[in-house]
Amino acid sequence: MGAERVAVVGVGQTKYSAMRGDVSLPGLLREATFRALEDAQMTLADIDAIVIGKAPDFFEGIMVPEYSLVQALGAVGKPMFRVHTAGSVSGSTAVVASGLIESGVHERVLTIGWEMQSCSEAMWALSLNMPFQQQLVAGAGGYFAPYIRQYIERSNAPDDTGVLVALKDRQNALNNPYAHLHEHGITYDSVKDSLMLWDPIRYSETCPSSDGAIALILTNEAGGDAATAEGRPPAWVHGTSFRSEPAMAAGRDQVSPQAGKDCAADVFRQAGITNPRKQIDVVEMYVPFSWYEPMWLENLGFAEEGTGWQLTHDGATAMDGDLPVNCSGGVLSTNPIGASGMIRFGEAALQVRGMAGAHQIDGARKAVGHAYGGAAQFYAMWVVGSDKP
Amino acid sequence: MRDVAIIATAQTKHVRAATATNEVELIQPVIQEVIERSGIDRHGFDFTCSGSSDYLQGQPFSFVMTLDAVAAWPPISESHVEMDGAWALYEAWVKIQTGHADTALVYSYGKSSPGDLPRVLSRMLDPYYEAPLWPTSVDVAALQARAAIMAGVTSEQAMADIAYRSRTSAANNPFAQLQSSAQPSALMDEEYLADPLRKHDCAPITDGGVAIVLAAGDKARALCSRPAWIRGIDHRADGHHLNLRDLTTSPSASIAAEKAGVANGPIEIAELHTCFTHHEPILRSALGLGDSVEVNPSGGPLAANPMMAAGLLRIVEVANRIHSGDVSRGVAHATGGHALQHNLVAVLEGEG
Amino acid sequence: MTDTNATEPAPIQLPEGIWTQPAVDTSAVAELDAVEAVKIVRAPAKLVYDYTPGLATTRFLRAIKEKRLVGERCSQTNKVYLPPRGVSPVSGLMTTEQVELGHDGTIVSYCVVNLDFTGNAQEIPYVSALILVDGADIPIYGLVREIPYDQVRPGLRLKSVWVEDSELTTSFENIKWWAPNGEPDVPASELTDQV
Repeated sequence: MGAERVAVVGVGQTKYSAMRGDVSLPGLLREATFRALEDAQMTLADIDAIVIGKAPDFFEGIMVPEYSLVQALGAVGKPMFRVHTAGSVSGSTAVVASGLIESGVHERVLTIGWEMQSCSEAMWALSLNMPFQQQLVAGAGGYFAPYIRQYIERSNAPDDTGVLVALKDRQNALNNPYAHLHEHGITYDSVKDSLMLWDPIRYSETCPSSDGAIALILTNEAGGDAATAEGRPPAWVHGTSFRSEPAMAAGRDQVSPQAGKDCAADVFRQAGITNPRKQIDVVEMYVPFSWYEPMWLENLGFAEEGTGWQLTHDGATAMDGDLPVNCSGGVLSTNPIGASGMIRFGEAALQVRGMAGAHQIDGARKAVGHAYGGAAQFYAMWVVGSDKP
Repeated sequence: MRDVAIIATAQTKHVRAATATNEVELIQPVIQEVIERSGIDRHGFDFTCSGSSDYLQGQPFSFVMTLDAVAAWPPISESHVEMDGAWALYEAWVKIQTGHADTALVYSYGKSSPGDLPRVLSRMLDPYYEAPLWPTSVDVAALQARAAIMAGVTSEQAMADIAYRSRTSAANNPFAQLQSSAQPSALMDEEYLADPLRKHDCAPITDGGVAIVLAAGDKARALCSRPAWIRGIDHRADGHHLNLRDLTTSPSASIAAEKAGVANGPIEIAELHTCFTHHEPILRSALGLGDSVEVNPSGGPLAANPMMAAGLLRIVEVANRIHSGDVSRGVAHATGGHALQHNLVAVLEGEG
Repeated sequence: MTDTNATEPAPIQLPEGIWTQPAVDTSAVAELDAVEAVKIVRAPAKLVYDYTPGLATTRFLRAIKEKRLVGERCSQTNKVYLPPRGVSPVSGLMTTEQVELGHDGTIVSYCVVNLDFTGNAQEIPYVSALILVDGADIPIYGLVREIPYDQVRPGLRLKSVWVEDSELTTSFENIKWWAPNGEPDVPASELTDQV
């Protein structure tokens, strides 16, 4: 860590849904922003800088929409920064925002991750047919399904591992009022019987397309201490990292990418975590297709290679297990692409502040936020704790 | 704050259209060159950051393919901004300030030739009130130029003089796209493009890219005989809507200049990201630059305007003149958005 | 090429129950209360781009028009990239050495797809596979046909099936699909570092 400690003193989210027809773009971001400011007991005037992250602008059909949001976010006369690192983006955004405080450049930073996929056509933007490039004939899930199948072959994981993950995450979402999907009738059989889209990925094991925004307020140590003194304990940042690798390097392992391993190793080293399985209380990881839970558990070092699926089957990753994963419902329940990374980071912060409401894990003191994007090639992570690092 | 310097730079020969190469092939030689100049092993950068635009390229996630050119294997600590490379440099500078990095590779590029650039840029407006009218970047700039002329900040003649001066300065810049200009009187005879702007008042359409290497403290001194130190750097935004701000001034540029410490010493040169001639008097005033300050000795964006890189290129042009010993203290400015909405100012110094 | 509204768009359905309009005092403007509040702004957009394939892709597509699959080799790692990208992602150097590859390959992994994403009235289910072309070091995606989908497996040897010679163009679509070539399977142990 750099010289200055970083505290997360405010978290605000919008209600996520397929189409937020009740708000404009500024309205969407302000909903999250004002909830975060209320949490932090601040106003826009207190903010020194704004860091925004979102995925490709084709999702909304607006080039650099942040420019037209400057007034709505109280950013006139302030630094405004736009990060874009594909799917990991708002995780990277939180890392960039954290760096502004860690470096001493600013004292109070508002950071927002958002996407309003209903504006344009997200599916079109995700798989735009580019001339001269090979067309993906199997859709977005068709890109990842062969790698998931490789994981199953390598690990001998039971076929229904993904079903268990989807069931767990969507049931967890019922305890999160902001989550997009609230499937009250979901059962093991309803997931298993849903349409198999790209074997082994079923419809109910696939993330939705959502509109939404999340805002975090980060401050320096003095800001964190002030919040503590007022009975609003912050989450303290213990480590941040990002790693990237090329999409098509010969020798890449897309089942357990090296960049993910390196990102985790770096952030755990910073945070003094030597045994993640034991020392981390709760995990928010980016699981857009159910099988990524066991795959990422291995990739991040929570389980030995080939054994991640056992944690799922043993119930270790359930809310009452010893390593709860995605208590918020995860990306499988809510996926505004540009916000999903920061939602993981924000949910981790809520957990260690004791503010996750009905999906709180009692006694959570150390949590991981994880985001990934591109062809499983971009990773961003942070570790947050109830205590100062 | 740690001392951070630019120790190496590289740029393409900027052209109207690089029709044979795609963006990756365009930027790879520039990245290759800057790595060699820096003396750092290509796998030895602590952080890498780039700036580019999906809408410019006409492709979502466009920056992903460019990662191939930086040999991100083994995996690297890397990030990207959907803004000019000057802001990628800013992110890298902050990263070094955190202590998590001592060296950084920064690059940015843009091919404007594929799309109809002024029309593409009309998408960078408020989606409810402005974008549906499809005003091009030239139309918006013309509104600002008209306001500036009416306020007495500039005149069509002064703008023609700036165009002439900039492009003739570029005769000394082997990378510039436009390296000469007709006389101001001839320029004034031309038809308007968007009254009061004529073609000469606008930056050309350019394909090009830029890369730099940053290093901190003693590392910079070990690798570079005369590092270009970043003494101050800051960026600010103004409001967006054209009817809600004074288009004849640039308050955000003034604030950034003040925070970057422009006035803390004498300025020998200023490289300003002026895509339109009328931007120069507005920025001179905003940055507090006296008449004796030479503006855009490289020719500036009026001579070469690789989108998403033209701002970083201003920083490069000042850094190069510090590296060569010609300049001891200079200002570089980058802008984003329309009508100078978003501004970054950096003060660079050489030692001794 | 980025034509966002080629056909008449479907009418927008606003979800029930979450539409709220804050009350606004409009008394200052006569008759404004009679005007229906704006709920949606629909702004069609169309931009035309001329894309550049680049030198490497141009070489590749010209070769594929001649029914040849040509990859490029990284001078530092010796790995052969198909399709070539002009730059080796591991060394960052331009990949100029052209390497003729065959028309056969091996399935590294695959998935069975139950929804038609091809836009070509594809019969479902169909198989999309990662195929390592002989001589290449990274796999490409391809459709697999002429074999029941439940018999598809990693290690299966395939040959590319092309369009008629008269239909060859500078496009990946010259390869219609891949089909078993009759050779014995490649053992799994030889495939592990190709994913």
